[in-house]
Amino acid sequence: MAKYTIKRLLMAIITLLIVASITFALMNSIPGSPWLSEKTPSQATIDALNEKYGLDQPGIVQLGKYLGNLVQGDMGVSLKMQKNRPVTDIIREMFPLSAKIGFFAILWAIIVGIPLGCLAAYHRGKWVDSVLRVICTIGISMPSFVVASLLLSTFAGKNEALRVFPTIFDASLGFRTYVLPCFALGFYPMCYVARQTRSSMLDALGQDYIKTARAKGLKSGPIIFKHALRNALIPVITYLGPQIAFVFCGGFVVETVFSIPGLGRYFIQSIINRDYPLIMGTTIFLAAFIILMNFLVDVLYKVVDPRIQLEKGDN
Amino acid sequence: MNKEKTNTGKLLEVKDLRVSFFTPAGEVKAVGGISYDLNYGEVMGIVGESGSGKSVEAYSIMGLLQSPGKVIGGSITCDGEDVISKSKEEMSDFRGKKVSMIFQNPMTCLNPVYTIGNQLVEALRAHNKTISKAEAEKKAMEMLELVGINNIEKRMKQYPHEFSGGMRQRVMIAMGLICSPKLLIADEPTTALDVTIQAQILELMKDIQRKTNMGIIFITHNLGVVAEICDKVSVMYAGKIVEQGTVEDIFYRPSHPYTHGLLSSMPRVDAESYERLVPIEGSPVDMLNPPDGCPFAPRCKQCMQVCLNKMPPYVELGGDHRSACWLRVKEQIDNKEEQTNE
Repeated sequence: MAKYTIKRLLMAIITLLIVASITFALMNSIPGSPWLSEKTPSQATIDALNEKYGLDQPGIVQLGKYLGNLVQGDMGVSLKMQKNRPVTDIIREMFPLSAKIGFFAILWAIIVGIPLGCLAAYHRGKWVDSVLRVICTIGISMPSFVVASLLLSTFAGKNEALRVFPTIFDASLGFRTYVLPCFALGFYPMCYVARQTRSSMLDALGQDYIKTARAKGLKSGPIIFKHALRNALIPVITYLGPQIAFVFCGGFVVETVFSIPGLGRYFIQSIINRDYPLIMGTTIFLAAFIILMNFLVDVLYKVVDPRIQLEKGDN
Repeated sequence: MNKEKTNTGKLLEVKDLRVSFFTPAGEVKAVGGISYDLNYGEVMGIVGESGSGKSVEAYSIMGLLQSPGKVIGGSITCDGEDVISKSKEEMSDFRGKKVSMIFQNPMTCLNPVYTIGNQLVEALRAHNKTISKAEAEKKAMEMLELVGINNIEKRMKQYPHEFSGGMRQRVMIAMGLICSPKLLIADEPTTALDVTIQAQILELMKDIQRKTNMGIIFITHNLGVVAEICDKVSVMYAGKIVEQGTVEDIFYRPSHPYTHGLLSSMPRVDAESYERLVPIEGSPVDMLNPPDGCPFAPRCKQCMQVCLNKMPPYVELGGDHRSACWLRVKEQIDNKEEQTNE
């Protein structure tokens, strides 16, 4: 296990270097610069700023310097969004809020999605299954800004009786302010998880060991939740791993609609503003998170299914 | 206490059982009215080709028929209890406790993600709520020992993929027997195993049957297996029992052309090398549109006009031997005429 972890860690570092290089190349290939806004500054000012932040040097030198600093944990300073503030600082400030909302979003997606999937599989072809299928299809095909806007206009709109949640995110309001964003952010994963669970549960329920479990005289509960579900979980875990990383790092749309000062919004705005170090920082952070989740997923596979070997000669 | 119940009398009584599958293409009468008895401690073989309804029949005893299959008539009485009228809840108490089943493919019948010990203990605790975990584990280990598995302590903690096919079938047998059922249904338990392992498993089942005196229904298409282990045999064709009798009756005095066909299509140890196996010509019945008469008539070499029009009645041939064939009916009538002429 230790050897396996070290191997994965080395692979992760290489992956991150590649991600950083590609992001850097893409970022520099798009026109524009961080210094442009409504008023274009004079060429002299631009040159001075470029020199100050090292943007006058050739790309390869800039990348080399950046990677060198990155290894030491230095992601540079923001050029525009929060001028001269270290990128690591910004991430440290923004991430917890996004992660908090993401955590509750994914939590409800799992807690509701998996049982719904089981329910649909167990009642395959019955009305329960049909109703759930419609809901899930809507959830998967509806863009999140539609979901978020619908929620806003219903529960925070003109109708006084239904106006139970605030329109704009305000951390001081506590629990109430989290409900709508968490619901909106978790709706798509919930539907996806339910669909995935349904199809893999159907597969598991058709297996011979379910017949054995029934022949043993087990009741429906243990058959579904002990025997079928554990075998059906692998595809669900596969999906959830990277999805957790994405949701934790903030849904851009949901954070924008609810005006949440989270990382997701910053991620997109940094690209619009050409805030190069911030783009690099948030991208690398997200990539590292996804790599970590994939590692956890692989370890979880082994916990769920003892047949899986993490490396050759394992066991 | 239960002496009269454990030793004599009927363990299982199946009367005119009918099972149909309601498919979009129409009703498939998978089992079309079969009757048989099984006494306590008896081993009965059900023989027939694929699709003859032998597994469906067994699944209806267990209440394991899956939609769109449905028991549409007849009765099943097991150990004095009416099986068909049982509710879902009662059925899951009945399964595994009174009747157990082992299946054809041991490679896929154990849940890959739980240890053998876990699955054995679970089978016991499903029917014995008061037993402690330690006691249940002890009992599970006894069962593993009974089915001839070594190194039990270690084996209990292993997963199915760490067992060979034969070993898994042994585990399945242990699991089926852990609640001491009165009846064990074995649905082709040796089909997926290679020949040497087949012999071992049969030997084991025979041995356990002698020790526990439980009834066994042995479903197979292998007549060799039947000769090895069974007391009596029912031969099924197209959802009907065409011939019933003791092993001797079936092997030495087969009276239905289909049984003849089965026997002559089986390799024999004492055959000369130039002798060829004789297949049964034709193909199995289309169960969606079964013929009016005897289902075997279209493939039968001795087919008569009446065979195509009417299903033959059972003709008693002495003892428990009976057969549904117009040839036997004709013989009987001829015999009677001879007797009256004399």
